[in-house]
Amino acid sequence: MSPSLHAALSILFDGLGYAMILFTMSVGLSVTMGLMGVVNLAHGAFAMLGGYVAMVVTTRLGLPFLPALALASLTVLAASVPVERTLYQRIYRRPELQQMLLTIGLTMILMALTTFAFGPAPVSLPLPDFLNGQIILAGRGFPVYRAFIVLIGVTLFIVLRLGLERTMLGAKIRAAVDNPAMAEAAGIDTRWLFTLTFALGTALAALGGALAVNVVGLTPRFALEYLVVLLAVISMGGLGTVTGTFVASLVIGTIENAGRYLFPAGGAFFIYAAVVLVLLYRPAGLYGRS
Amino acid sequence: MSIIRYSCLLAAGLGLAVAVCLPAARAETVKVGVVLPLSGGAADVGQTEVRALKLYYKQHKAELGDNDIVLIERDSKEPSGATAMTLTRELVVQDKVDLLLGYQFSPDAIASAKVATQAKKPMILVNAQSSYLTTLSPYIVRLSTTIWQISYPAGRYAYEKLGCKSLIVGYSDFAPGRDVLAAVKAGYEKAGGNLMDAVPMGGPAQVPDYTPFLQRIANEHPKCMFVFTPAGNFNPPLARTYSDLRMKQSGIRFLGTGDVSDDTTLQQLGDNAVGWITVGHYTADLDTPANQQFVAAWRKEYGNDVPPDFFAVQAYDAMAAVFHIVKTLNGHIDADKAIASLRGWRHDSPRGPIMIDPETRDIVQNIYVQEIVKRDGKLAIKILDTIPAVKDPCKALKAPACAK
Repeated sequence: MSPSLHAALSILFDGLGYAMILFTMSVGLSVTMGLMGVVNLAHGAFAMLGGYVAMVVTTRLGLPFLPALALASLTVLAASVPVERTLYQRIYRRPELQQMLLTIGLTMILMALTTFAFGPAPVSLPLPDFLNGQIILAGRGFPVYRAFIVLIGVTLFIVLRLGLERTMLGAKIRAAVDNPAMAEAAGIDTRWLFTLTFALGTALAALGGALAVNVVGLTPRFALEYLVVLLAVISMGGLGTVTGTFVASLVIGTIENAGRYLFPAGGAFFIYAAVVLVLLYRPAGLYGRS
Repeated sequence: MSIIRYSCLLAAGLGLAVAVCLPAARAETVKVGVVLPLSGGAADVGQTEVRALKLYYKQHKAELGDNDIVLIERDSKEPSGATAMTLTRELVVQDKVDLLLGYQFSPDAIASAKVATQAKKPMILVNAQSSYLTTLSPYIVRLSTTIWQISYPAGRYAYEKLGCKSLIVGYSDFAPGRDVLAAVKAGYEKAGGNLMDAVPMGGPAQVPDYTPFLQRIANEHPKCMFVFTPAGNFNPPLARTYSDLRMKQSGIRFLGTGDVSDDTTLQQLGDNAVGWITVGHYTADLDTPANQQFVAAWRKEYGNDVPPDFFAVQAYDAMAAVFHIVKTLNGHIDADKAIASLRGWRHDSPRGPIMIDPETRDIVQNIYVQEIVKRDGKLAIKILDTIPAVKDPCKALKAPACAK
């Protein structure tokens, strides 16, 4: 294989892997922020909590990795209900600045609590043997764990898309978001619907966080570290669309990967240039409704 | 009052004549202003360093006699330098400290150096590794290391002893990373080599997905790669990616600064990192009596989970320097005399013999070539070689980075 073909394959494969990591991390934000319209800067904190729960479940309780992923999502989901009922319900109709203040404050509190409980040093989440190692694709190795994340990412995309666009529940959620008063009048309990949607978003955040541990590590700082990139994904994709988030993840993941491979000195320039370009021509994002 | 009571207790403890407990009239309490990151991204490091300061104090306070030392801790937060400078000023003006100690990041030291000069306060650097820092104030003394002190000999060693006939440097893309690159390159070229490539691997603000960077290195097939990342949470993902990309199997040897085998996060690297060679100035696995005592005392005080690391030993030695000043001057701190007492000071540190270079006020110390091995089911560090009494090569060679 010629070196340039080899390089092109590296960029494509690794870019896809990275794109799906971005997608699993940002799809929850796509639900809470995109669908519900809350500037949810606490998304990273919920993702971080997911990572820590998965860590505790595997290393201290000795459960395998896959149940730990599920438990991480469920635990954070359960914890998110009272948070939504007591805090988030107050800010849905408030200006963005107030939403930012509340959610960033929540992030700080959760980071401090996590530091208090687990310390500031990085923790690890051991993978089962079947997720270590490599599979050979097109003559080159591809880490199994990346393939696993790609699989989860694509599954999540399909399930969410069908769920939100083809089911009654999805229709109710969209109705409640677009016109809460009308939805209430039609007999939809929007308060519980919002709680449910928020819980779904945070559960997805927790899943993304737990999956990301083995790619970018985990400390309490995780809550803020990736927030900016995730916000870039959401705004490029357009608010309120899972498809947009998926496509934006692919675009940003591939561009960032290619940039890092070919011009590592460019740093984060390429993704932000791409975001700026897209928003210049489509201010509502790739799939957003303007 | 506490000082008076204290001197009585001490006299009793030493078994001296204790018929009278005279108030210790000449007892001095030396105030040390400590500026370290206690929150934010480097909070874990700051915490380790404060622990080391306190451990040394606890072990050695009897040596102070009637005098005493108090630490006034301040949180320098994120590495902008601005917070550190404000805190330094406050410590000098409001708290009237006698000595300054800490400064995790080079910007913190750069911004605060002027305050130390104007206020005439000795400033003991606990980390801040940019070589030229000691030229910024006549009151700066460094007890940590410089980047060049490790990376320059590492570059030479890679070519001369490890047979790295081709080498690619991967580094975190911020000032210390670029300093590492310059130093490794200088050492490697001095030995006769020629760098194949240099790959900046993202900034220090977030842990990147290392795949594209390492894939680029892998596709160029060098004999060795040399990596610098900030110690701590950057290393486990690095180890995982190195293993995922099968770089060891492709015959690319992993070399790095001691930051990647930092004792605190060593166990998190997993088996992926067995065989890595790192060059540094301290490891908790160092097999010397002084170090074994230090590690045992550390574990007794702070538990068995986390060993001390190079940050800990840097702070521990910084506190030893403070003790040396207080004992030499009998508690009456004068900046010029304090600095004079440290010039040429020799100390038996857990990291081996250290000395303060009388001319540059920088540390002279052993640099170790180490290998990550598996021992009793855990990762451990084996010393392969010792490069004795290394003096900061950046200032010695008048490299461009030190011409400031």
